[in-house]
Amino acid sequence: MSDTIKLNRKDFRSDQTVRWCPGCGDYAILAQVQKVLPDIGVPKENIVFISGIGCSSRFPYYMNTYGIHSIHGRAPTLAAGLKLANPDLTVFVITGDGDGLSIGGNHLLHACRRNVDINILLFNNRIYGLTKGQYSPTSLPGTRTKTSPMGSLEQAFNPISVALAAEATFVARTIDREQRHMGEILRRAAAHRGTSFVEILTNCLIFNDGTFSDVTDREIRDDNRLRLEQGQPMIFGQDNDKGIRMSGCFEPEVVSLDDVDAEDILVHNDKLEGSQLAYMLSRMTRPDFPVPFGVFRDVDHLTYEEGVFQQVERAQAARGVGELKDLYVASDTWMVDDDRNGHNGHKGAIHDED
Amino acid sequence: MAEPGKPVQIKVVDDVVIRFAGDSGDGMQLTGTQFTNTAAIIGNDISTLPDYPAEIRAPAGTLAGVSGFQVHLASADIHTPGDEPHVLIAMNPAALKASLRNLAPGGTIIVNTDEFTRGNLRKAEYESNPLEDDSLQNYMVHTVPITTLNRNAVEDIEGLFAKGINRSRNFFALGLTFWMYDRSLDNTIAWIEKKFQKRPEIVEANRRALQAGYNYGNTTRTFQIRYRVKPAHLPPGIYRKITGSEAIALGMVTASELADKPLVYCSYPITPASDILHNLASLKHFDVRTFQAEDEIAAMGAAIGAAFGGAFAATGTSGPGVALKSEAINLAVALELPVVIVDVQRGGPSTGLPTKVEQSDLLQVMYGRNGESPVVVLAPSTPSDCFDITIEAFRLAVRGMSPVFVLADGYLANSAEPWALPDPESMEPIAVKHPKPEDFQNGSKFLPYGRDPETMGRPWAIPGTPQLEHRVGGLGKQPGTGNVSHMPEDHQQMVAERAAKVASLVDVIPDLKVIGEDTGDLLVIGWGSTYGAILQAVQRAQRDGKRVSAAHLRYLNPFPGNLGDVMARFDRILVPEMNMGQLAMLLQARYLQEINSLPKVQGQPFKISEIRNKIDEILSQGLGTVGD
Repeated sequence: MSDTIKLNRKDFRSDQTVRWCPGCGDYAILAQVQKVLPDIGVPKENIVFISGIGCSSRFPYYMNTYGIHSIHGRAPTLAAGLKLANPDLTVFVITGDGDGLSIGGNHLLHACRRNVDINILLFNNRIYGLTKGQYSPTSLPGTRTKTSPMGSLEQAFNPISVALAAEATFVARTIDREQRHMGEILRRAAAHRGTSFVEILTNCLIFNDGTFSDVTDREIRDDNRLRLEQGQPMIFGQDNDKGIRMSGCFEPEVVSLDDVDAEDILVHNDKLEGSQLAYMLSRMTRPDFPVPFGVFRDVDHLTYEEGVFQQVERAQAARGVGELKDLYVASDTWMVDDDRNGHNGHKGAIHDED
Repeated sequence: MAEPGKPVQIKVVDDVVIRFAGDSGDGMQLTGTQFTNTAAIIGNDISTLPDYPAEIRAPAGTLAGVSGFQVHLASADIHTPGDEPHVLIAMNPAALKASLRNLAPGGTIIVNTDEFTRGNLRKAEYESNPLEDDSLQNYMVHTVPITTLNRNAVEDIEGLFAKGINRSRNFFALGLTFWMYDRSLDNTIAWIEKKFQKRPEIVEANRRALQAGYNYGNTTRTFQIRYRVKPAHLPPGIYRKITGSEAIALGMVTASELADKPLVYCSYPITPASDILHNLASLKHFDVRTFQAEDEIAAMGAAIGAAFGGAFAATGTSGPGVALKSEAINLAVALELPVVIVDVQRGGPSTGLPTKVEQSDLLQVMYGRNGESPVVVLAPSTPSDCFDITIEAFRLAVRGMSPVFVLADGYLANSAEPWALPDPESMEPIAVKHPKPEDFQNGSKFLPYGRDPETMGRPWAIPGTPQLEHRVGGLGKQPGTGNVSHMPEDHQQMVAERAAKVASLVDVIPDLKVIGEDTGDLLVIGWGSTYGAILQAVQRAQRDGKRVSAAHLRYLNPFPGNLGDVMARFDRILVPEMNMGQLAMLLQARYLQEINSLPKVQGQPFKISEIRNKIDEILSQGLGTVGD
């Protein structure tokens, strides 16, 4: 069957025409997902893509796997139910900054908290695209749109911080323009047991072009981003001449490597059980800090569905696999005899249920 | 047992309605349940009405805090918890005041006089002590200092704290009631011993309190008459007591076993539907997978995901939860997946009356969604029918690949009656077909929205099946392929197909049965939990020579195929329902026949007499006048 035949990216293309705007960052994500999936060792009939509503959420239609294009913000709920029906499936949730952090914020939090074994890919373009350009929960304060002509007044969500606060066991960030990096992150996310949360920065050419230009423009990007590598010191810059050092009371600072000892530079560790380091990194934003890319946290916890099935097994071990005839018996049963004299001699045994 | 030689008379009665009433913290639900259990075990027919406040502990002694439990036990087949209690056990002034207006004239009242203090009378808004003025002269009042007597019985128990002493006084009241009705204490003692096995002092206190109450009846001469209700003539079999919530839970597990499917039940806590989740959470050994969602929407979403994955998926909620789930229910309509949605209706609008009954969600579940959104709607008539209808709901959901509503209500969910244990061997399996790759080998193409010519359902192809990968979604579709389409003809066809699919279930649902003559002056049509009250009102009218029949709708969408014909054979139609006339409106619109509506929205079930009186009122009007 298909798991013995090596698949390639074409096997994951559906027969539907992709209808994102020309130049949309979503194309790059689609291409990379289709490239990575043949390598994760899962037959394509065991893969399900579930999305909400928005530009990004058209994604499942373009994947030749099982898929649901659901309703706004609710994809994580469908994913959780699906994993309870069949825990063997590999499930991807495709969402955006509006879908996942505004209307669906609650579900995103609870999916992470439960550690359902799903992969949440949040396409963050800091704008509502499909409704034609209103500010989103990740739009930077002051963003001017049709609904915020004088600039938006709201503090933006930091998706990585949100996921960490929600106890996600795998949290990572990548970007549409870095295909190889995205591929690595997607592979690690798929391999992770439990909820994987991946923020993918993506450019909306029509309504928010260049929102991430300081980390994509060739001339400046290397000075503005920090690649997180497990066990590696946090060094960045066009000439690899800058690093991150802890100072004071858990405050990071950017230092020049010329001025400090190499051992003072912070070394990345995404396996820490506590999420303090990951959270500190998530708070590093432009212009004071480089934007970190890579895996912030990758820890191994029991998944929600593993817990559910362990309880089923324990209940079956303790009480035997349920049989219908036992289901109906309660603590008190009584017999009505055939003689219709209303003689009721029999009193049922007391059972455990009550 | 009655002691021979005592000058106490035992009177055999056909039925009795007893109401236990006290403060929310007085344990009245437990007391009523224990009394009911013993009645059930000796073979009485029973019907109960728990009636409690929405607050867990409303201020003690106030009218808002009164918790009541009404039980009707009989030697005949009964269908309601009784219009009027014959006996009221009132643990404080508020309980007396709140329950008195329903008490039958000449009824018996047992009051705990210790609680008739000035403060408690004030909290109950009494201007004078009803035990001292003549306001209770039409009743048989027994004043019993329950608190004092109980304290005397239990206060020397080692390890029992002051709070525990008074906590057992409901067992004193229960013991006294057992004596009055010539019932053994054995079953309740066994229950106490098991329930509190880790707290020997509590076992001792409750046991002593129970016995002291019984002995009080036996040794004082306050009560001249004891009553005996003989066992009812129920069909032979093994019985248990069951509530609607229990029956729904058992029905869900049964349906999943009949289909050899795991049950995934996704729900968010809401009164009065939470008991279904409680019941199912303890049945994991049946491979029941319960999911306590973060909100109502998530519960519905998870159920849809589970159904897509091939499980038997269900959710349960009440009216406000249905409102939240509506968008997701519509997704299930568009995805055409089998999901069972239980709505345990309560008083609305908004938060309304969380612990009180109403049937006002009918139009919400029929029409409360955007677009043309037909779903199957069923309604159980009794607590035990909740079992059958839940299985039927899954059967129809799978056949029609459609969401199916079960419209229960707070009264059905909490009310208990005897239930003959079903025989699993005699139940028909639920056939579920998932397409396989080999079904499409001879050139036929898998169409996610291709329709079974017989059922009009689409194929339930589930993830994990090779070669049948497909995408479904809430957007407009091309018929057959399910591909996104905004073409005018495609949309019209898909809307029509979904409607026709639900409507076609009329072919597999049973015809409506008429209880009584097939033709007559008046047909009383009901749905849901009004069944018992309507049936008994109509039977009484029939005994009085009226040409009245009853018909009960368990299927509300689609209606039974013969409904229009049945209605046309009667001069008048009466529809009693616990809303402002929602079924009446549907029937009138569909069958163009004039309907007399009997609405009731008081948070309480219909009394038999209310329907019986309305029957007379309608029959006394000349033909051609509009009722209501």
